[in-house]
Amino acid sequence: MNMPYRPIILGLLVLGLSALVLGRAQAGGSHYFAPVTNMVVKEECGSCHLPFAPSMLPASSWTRMMANLKDHFGDDATVDPKLAAEITAYLVTNAGDQGGQRYGAKLLRDVSAANAPLRITELPKWNREHRKVPDWEWKHKDVRTKANCAACHTQAELGYYNE
Amino acid sequence: MPLTRTIPALLACAVILLSGTSQAGVREDQLAQYASAAKAADPGFAGFSAERGKTLHTQNFAGGKPDTPACTSCHGKDPRGTGRAPSGKTIEAMATSVTPTRYTDPAKVEKWFKRNCTEVLGRLCTPQEKGDWLKFMLGQ
Repeated sequence: MNMPYRPIILGLLVLGLSALVLGRAQAGGSHYFAPVTNMVVKEECGSCHLPFAPSMLPASSWTRMMANLKDHFGDDATVDPKLAAEITAYLVTNAGDQGGQRYGAKLLRDVSAANAPLRITELPKWNREHRKVPDWEWKHKDVRTKANCAACHTQAELGYYNE
Repeated sequence: MPLTRTIPALLACAVILLSGTSQAGVREDQLAQYASAAKAADPGFAGFSAERGKTLHTQNFAGGKPDTPACTSCHGKDPRGTGRAPSGKTIEAMATSVTPTRYTDPAKVEKWFKRNCTEVLGRLCTPQEKGDWLKFMLGQ
């Protein structure tokens, strides 16, 4: 049989290339971190700051943080023990080295779970991504702290950090 | 209307009417609890004062964290306006005229009194202080 090899091979190449390009063009790409969907976590962890995406830290970090709520970055953030257990379970399940791997793997690349880092803003990849932000911008009255993601990432609550 | 329709209709009306008053009931209950506790601590207690509550809300305290000497440090000078947490997050207005859902969950009210009094005053608020403050806010 006379197979039209050239068109078939070219067709496959085009499809392959498109898949590669379009895969990267997906909404968010490597800058999407699934936002918190659990209502308890959203309420308790989002009352003072943006409820940070669990995929931005390894499970060990969340366990460590939830065990030390009495001194949560200088504040007493203790909650009812039953709620604390539910929150911990959610964060650990969706952590960047657990269920949240497809979002957090890149961010957590050089992070050792054994260190259980507490600050997303001290992760090496985070620092790299934000290295061009001048000091005065962090100090601006509408920003005030590196933990105020939504000041610049206006869609952070939805999980998008493309800007 | 046939009887078989009237009774369920009346019941539905009753539920709707009663649920409307239950929100106010929750706040009243909490105030009543604070009042009993205040009376127990001081037999001379004569009722809550919105004026005292306003003073509590706006005055500066020395015993808490240095960045938050007053409630207004985060909640803003105007109870009907939004506030700002140190993290940059917006805090909805404390005034019930602006945020009608406030103070309907006693556990939540207690949780925030505990956290914020410790941060601002450097100690827990007394039942009288809580009642004064709540009375003030309910009137805003």
